[in-house]
Amino acid sequence: MTQSPTLSRRSTPSAPPLPRKSRQRGADARAGYTFLLPWLLGFIALTVGPMISSLYLSFTNYNLFDPPKWIGLDNYTAMFQDERFLQSVGVTVGYVVFGTPLKLAAALAVAMLLNSARKGQGFYRSAFYAPSLIGASVSIAIVWKAMFGDSGPVDQGLSFFGINLGGWVGNPSMTMPMFILLTVWQFGAPMVIFLAGLKQIPADLYEAASMDGAGPVRKFFNITWPMLSPVVFFNLLMETIHAFQIFSSAYIISNGEGGPAGSTLFYTLYLYLRGFSDFRMGYASAMAWLLLIVVGLITLVIFRTSKSWVHYSGDAK
Amino acid sequence: MTTMATPTKPAAEAPAPVYNPKSESAGAKRTKSAIFHIVALALTGVVLYPALWMIASSFKPNSEIGGANTSLWSSNFSFDNFVTAMDGIGGVSTLQFFTNSLILAIGAVVGTILSASVSAYAFARIKFPGRSVFFGMMIATLLLPFHVVIIPQYIVFQQLGLVDTYIPLLIGKFLAADAFFVFLMVQFMRNLPAELDEAARIDGAGHVRIFTSIMLPLMKPALISTSIFSFIWSWNDFLGPLLYLNTPEKYPLPLALRLFVDQTQSSDYGAMIAMSVLALLPVLIFFLVFQRYIVEGVSTQGLKG
Repeated sequence: MTQSPTLSRRSTPSAPPLPRKSRQRGADARAGYTFLLPWLLGFIALTVGPMISSLYLSFTNYNLFDPPKWIGLDNYTAMFQDERFLQSVGVTVGYVVFGTPLKLAAALAVAMLLNSARKGQGFYRSAFYAPSLIGASVSIAIVWKAMFGDSGPVDQGLSFFGINLGGWVGNPSMTMPMFILLTVWQFGAPMVIFLAGLKQIPADLYEAASMDGAGPVRKFFNITWPMLSPVVFFNLLMETIHAFQIFSSAYIISNGEGGPAGSTLFYTLYLYLRGFSDFRMGYASAMAWLLLIVVGLITLVIFRTSKSWVHYSGDAK
Repeated sequence: MTTMATPTKPAAEAPAPVYNPKSESAGAKRTKSAIFHIVALALTGVVLYPALWMIASSFKPNSEIGGANTSLWSSNFSFDNFVTAMDGIGGVSTLQFFTNSLILAIGAVVGTILSASVSAYAFARIKFPGRSVFFGMMIATLLLPFHVVIIPQYIVFQQLGLVDTYIPLLIGKFLAADAFFVFLMVQFMRNLPAELDEAARIDGAGHVRIFTSIMLPLMKPALISTSIFSFIWSWNDFLGPLLYLNTPEKYPLPLALRLFVDQTQSSDYGAMIAMSVLALLPVLIFFLVFQRYIVEGVSTQGLKG
């Protein structure tokens, strides 16, 4: 109360320039929100609103037809007694833990191979990238199912070497390797990003290391890896988050059932089945929120630990 | 050892402008390059095999797709599978599915271009209170699993009677819901010189004029990348149509393919694969034509495929 008069009195002498400036600022604010309107509307109506209501629904029993009934934490506790749920967690975690590092390792290895070449790099880069563009499509899921089916080309090829596994699609212990191969096959997208990162590493660093007698292994660990770590960080984060959300290929390959023996019951597929075929929308919402929390925690862990292994060079922008 | 090597090395390396691990003779260089191409070509063969197998199988009679026949070549190549595939499924022709996919993809491109460019202009070029907070939230939505919002979204669209229409599939595109494109355009606009807007402002141009006559023409590369990726993403989208569309007449190709798989399970393999090829055809053509844009877009913006 005592302060506000002083403030206003102090601002009076400088009043003349202020109105123009604040008018400009006001106009900018109006223009800013007008231009932002499409995104802002979408953000509120399609993201924030639904997030809040799915959080609410996760504490209810809701089947789309009767009004939601509050049941507290029951959905969350029920999940951990639900065998199919636990199975879907196992399948998804296995896929993320094995598929993502393998995919990134393949991407980095091929990027380094391509970076060593002078000619033809553009051609190979495009050829290796192509699967990333089509890998999640229904068409490729159908092809994968045919290729890994009984007496498909994969089975035939392996029999030629005396390995008789039969079709991978119908064998619960081979479906996971099949999905991991599908994701590794799409190594092109992270590879292209690695390649761009490798090109940023100044060549004189390697020259200096060569003069000091460093071999390829030491050069990799002392130059390539630290210089590339921000890119590794980006790829690891994006690929991990994407891996959790695999859906179309799992749906097509297992006919929307997650079989055989639940071995392809990915988390999102189970969420879909609970929500849209059992109409247990509350339960599915709880699953969605658990996924959000887990993905959020993993993002946090990757960010936190990145301080110890991601190296940002001082002069880089 | 190192002291011995240092004096001789710089002399040998001096003419080479780019890093070269050891001074090599031309012959050694050629051998190295040959090994590289052999390895890279072998890898290309492995990577492209599924696509080649798919294309080859689509021309083969059913009896040759499975069984003991692993070679890509066949003496019985024909277009029969494509003829069957074009008939469609469930009384709807494949041409109809194509049209539906095309309507959705073009709608997605138009909506995304309009909404993302306008929103990105606000983030990149206008100073207003709350901008950085909203920008942070926009980035956060990049990492948000889509599944958290699908159930409530479905409930709302269902109550509005919009299930089995294209509105739920397109409305997000017109509201810049694909944050990736907003982000891409913001990054692009931030790299355009600020003097452009300042000069235009002195001439009395408002934000609308600056946006339409200065920014949009300069943003062409970003607009092209956005168009290509939003087209392909919409073309390949499966979950959205699976949730919202019920009548086969409205199905885009991915859903039609699923219907095909369900109804002809293993009876007409060839036609199923031919239809898969047809469904991917526009994506493959896009890739061949816009290769540069696509791969550059990935390497500079970290766009996902």
